[in-house]
Amino acid sequence: MATEITAPPYRVIPIIPAIKPGAMEGLKPFVANDRIQEALGFPGGLVDDWKERAIAKMGDLLKKYRSLKVYLDACVHCGACSDKCHYFIGTQDPKNMPVARQDLMRSVYRRYFTLPGKLFPKLVGARELTKEVLDEWYSYYHQCSECRRCSVFCPYGIDTAEITMAAREILDSVGYGQKYSNEIIGKVNTIGNNLGLPGPALEDTLEGLEEDVKEDTGIDVRFPLDVKGAEVLLITPSADFFAEPHIDSLIGYAKVFHAAGISWTLSSMSSEAANFGLFIGNYEQMRKVALRIRQAALELGVKRIVVGECGHAWRVAYSFWNTLTGIGDGAEDKFALQLQKQLDQRYRQPTHICELTWDLIQRQAITLDPEANDNLIVTFHDSCNVARGSRMGEMAGGQFEIPRSIIRAAANHFVDMSDATTREKTFCCGGGGGLLTDDLMDLRVKGALPRMEALKEVADRDGVNFMATICAICKTQFSKVLPYYGFNMRMVGGVHQLVSNAIRLGDKE
Amino acid sequence: MIFAALFYAAFLILAGGLVYRISDYLRTPAPLKIPTTPAPTTGGGVALRMTREVLLFESLFKGSLWTWGFAMLFHGGLALVLMRHLRYFTQPVWSWVDMVQPFGIYAGFVMAIGLVGLWGRRFLVDRIRYISTPSDHLMLALLLMIAISGLSMKFLDHTDIIGVKAFFLGLEHFDPQPLPASPLLYLHLSLVASLMIIFPFSKLLHAPGVFFSPSRNQPDNPREHRHLSPWAAKLESES
Repeated sequence: MATEITAPPYRVIPIIPAIKPGAMEGLKPFVANDRIQEALGFPGGLVDDWKERAIAKMGDLLKKYRSLKVYLDACVHCGACSDKCHYFIGTQDPKNMPVARQDLMRSVYRRYFTLPGKLFPKLVGARELTKEVLDEWYSYYHQCSECRRCSVFCPYGIDTAEITMAAREILDSVGYGQKYSNEIIGKVNTIGNNLGLPGPALEDTLEGLEEDVKEDTGIDVRFPLDVKGAEVLLITPSADFFAEPHIDSLIGYAKVFHAAGISWTLSSMSSEAANFGLFIGNYEQMRKVALRIRQAALELGVKRIVVGECGHAWRVAYSFWNTLTGIGDGAEDKFALQLQKQLDQRYRQPTHICELTWDLIQRQAITLDPEANDNLIVTFHDSCNVARGSRMGEMAGGQFEIPRSIIRAAANHFVDMSDATTREKTFCCGGGGGLLTDDLMDLRVKGALPRMEALKEVADRDGVNFMATICAICKTQFSKVLPYYGFNMRMVGGVHQLVSNAIRLGDKE
Repeated sequence: MIFAALFYAAFLILAGGLVYRISDYLRTPAPLKIPTTPAPTTGGGVALRMTREVLLFESLFKGSLWTWGFAMLFHGGLALVLMRHLRYFTQPVWSWVDMVQPFGIYAGFVMAIGLVGLWGRRFLVDRIRYISTPSDHLMLALLLMIAISGLSMKFLDHTDIIGVKAFFLGLEHFDPQPLPASPLLYLHLSLVASLMIIFPFSKLLHAPGVFFSPSRNQPDNPREHRHLSPWAAKLESES
C-alpha cells in the first residue's frame, strides 16, 4: 500500500508513456467479508473448489453473453487500444492497457475453452487458472472503471468493460468479491440507497433544503417525498442528498420543477439512481435494484420517471431499464403492463433531467439569466457512461449537445476541452466502475491524469474556473483529486448547479 | 495427390469451422443493449456503420494511424490478390477478374509491405511488443511467406500456371489432376492450406467476429424497443 499519494507529473507533450511492468502489481481493494457476500447470495469467502467453480462460471457466462465470447475470440493484438486507458496513462503499468487487461482472462479462456490453447498453450499465450492468476484478476479487474473508452478505438468494438464485468462476476461466484461495491448493493437492497440513509433522515434533509432555498431566494421551493399522484418521480443518486457539490444540483432540479410548475416527488423506498449491479456485472442484482424503482413508480402512481445527474445510472436507466423492468413497451408481466398503462408514453421513459430541462428552456417554460454565472468560465466533462453508453434526445450524440446547450443557456462563458478528451473520446474521471473508494486512492489520483492535463490546458489558456459534469461519481472523484493537481476542489459541480444559479423563480416577466 | 487431399481437408476444416463458429455466435444471446454510443438508431444506420468498419476500419483510424495505414495496405492488397487468384478457379474467367489482373499483381507487394509494417510494430513499439504472443508472430510470418512465395513465382521462377489451374478445376469437379512439380508452388500451397486450417481456431476469427460484436451491430433504440434475451425472459416469470 502506498504510504504517500502524489499525482504523477503533467506530461510536457502528451506522448504515450513507456511501459513500467509491475507498477501497480498487488494493488488490491478491500475484499468483501462473509456478511456482505452472503447478503447478495455469493459465497462468504474463497471456496475450496474455486478453480472448478470459476471455470464452470466462465463457461456459463460464455453461453449467456455473446459479447464475452466474441470479444475473447476476436482480438488480434493490434494495440489500437493500448494507449487509450486513463489508468495506463496514469500508472504506466502494461497490464492496465486494455488489451493486456483482457488477456488476463483471454489466456485462461484459451487454456480451457479453445483447441489451440489445450494443445499448445505456450504458443497462443494460454495459461492455467492458478491462485496467482486469480489474485491478478482481482487486482487488475479492479483497476478498470468500465468506461468503454477502449471500445471506441477497437476495430472490432471489443469492450473491456464487458470482460471486467465477467471477471468480477466470476470472482463473486467463488467468494472473492469487492467490499465497496457489494456492501453498497446490500444497502440498496435493505435501505433503498447507497448511503444507507433511512427515510426519516432523508425527510429531515429535504426539509432543511427547503429552508435553505427559502432563505436564499425568498421562495418556497418544495422537495417532496413520497407524494402519491405526483406527475414526476425523480430518481437521483443519493449523494445528491448530502454531498458537496452534488446537493447544489438537487436544488437546481427542484427549482426547474418549481419554475415549470411540474409536480414531482422523491421516493424514500427507492432513493437511489446508482445501480452497482452494473459494476459487478451481475444481471440479477442489477435487475433487483432496478425493480425497486418500478415498484416505487407503481406505488406513487407517477406519470413520468426522471433521472438525475448520474453517469452509470443513466446508462442503466436509458439502455437497460426497458430490458430489466419493461418500463417502455413490449413487456408482458402484470407489473410491467400496469406501469406501461400508468406512465405517459408521450414522454420518453425514462427521461434524463437534462432532457427535461432543455425541453423546458426551448419551450420557454423556464427562463435562465446567464449573467448569474458571469463569475465562471465553464468547461464540460463528458461522463463516460453517458457519453459511450447512452443517448439523450432524438439524435445520436444528443448526450453531448443537450448538456452543452443547457450550459450555454445558463452561463455566458463556455469553453470545450481538447477534442481528444471530450465527447465519445472523453476520459474517465478515474473513479468510476466501483473504484470510488479510499482504498484505491492512489489509483484514482493517477487515473485522473489525462483529464487533469486537458483541464490545465483550458485553465491556463482560457481561465476556466469551473468544470461542470452530470455524474455523482465524477463530482466526488474530482472533489478529491483536484487538489492533488493544484486545483481548487470547488472547481467541479453539476450542470444543474449552473441552472440553479441562473433560473428565474417566481413571477415571469 | 497429397495436395489434392490436403486441399479437400483444409477446405472442409475452414468451411466446417466457420459454420460452427458463426452458428455458435448466433446461438449465444446478447442480453443487454451495449452499442458504443453515439450509435445509429436504426437498422439501416447499423448496416452503414458496419460497412464503414469493415471496408474502411473506421474505429482503427481513430485509434492508431500507423496501424490503420499498414492494416489497410495489407487487407486491401490481400483482397486484390484474392480476386486475382479467382482466375485459377473459374473457367471461363469472369470479366471483372480480368480487369483486376494488372492491379492484383502489384497488390502482392502492397500486401507484403503492410505485413512488414504490422510486424515491425511488434518489435519496435514497447506496448505492442509486450502484448505479442508467439502465435502473433507466427501468423504474420505465415502470411508474409505466402506473399513472398507467391510473388517469387510471378517474378523470379515462373510456374506452369496452366497446370495449376487444371489442378484446381480438377479439385472442383472431383477429378483430381496432377500438380506441376515446383518447390515454390509446393511451399506456397502448403502455407495456404495451413492458413485455411488455422483460420477457424485462431485470432483470424476477427474477420467474422466483427459482424457479431454487440457494441457495433446493435442499433441504439432501447427506449423505443424492448430487448430481451430468452434466459433473461425466464427471470420475469419467476418474480
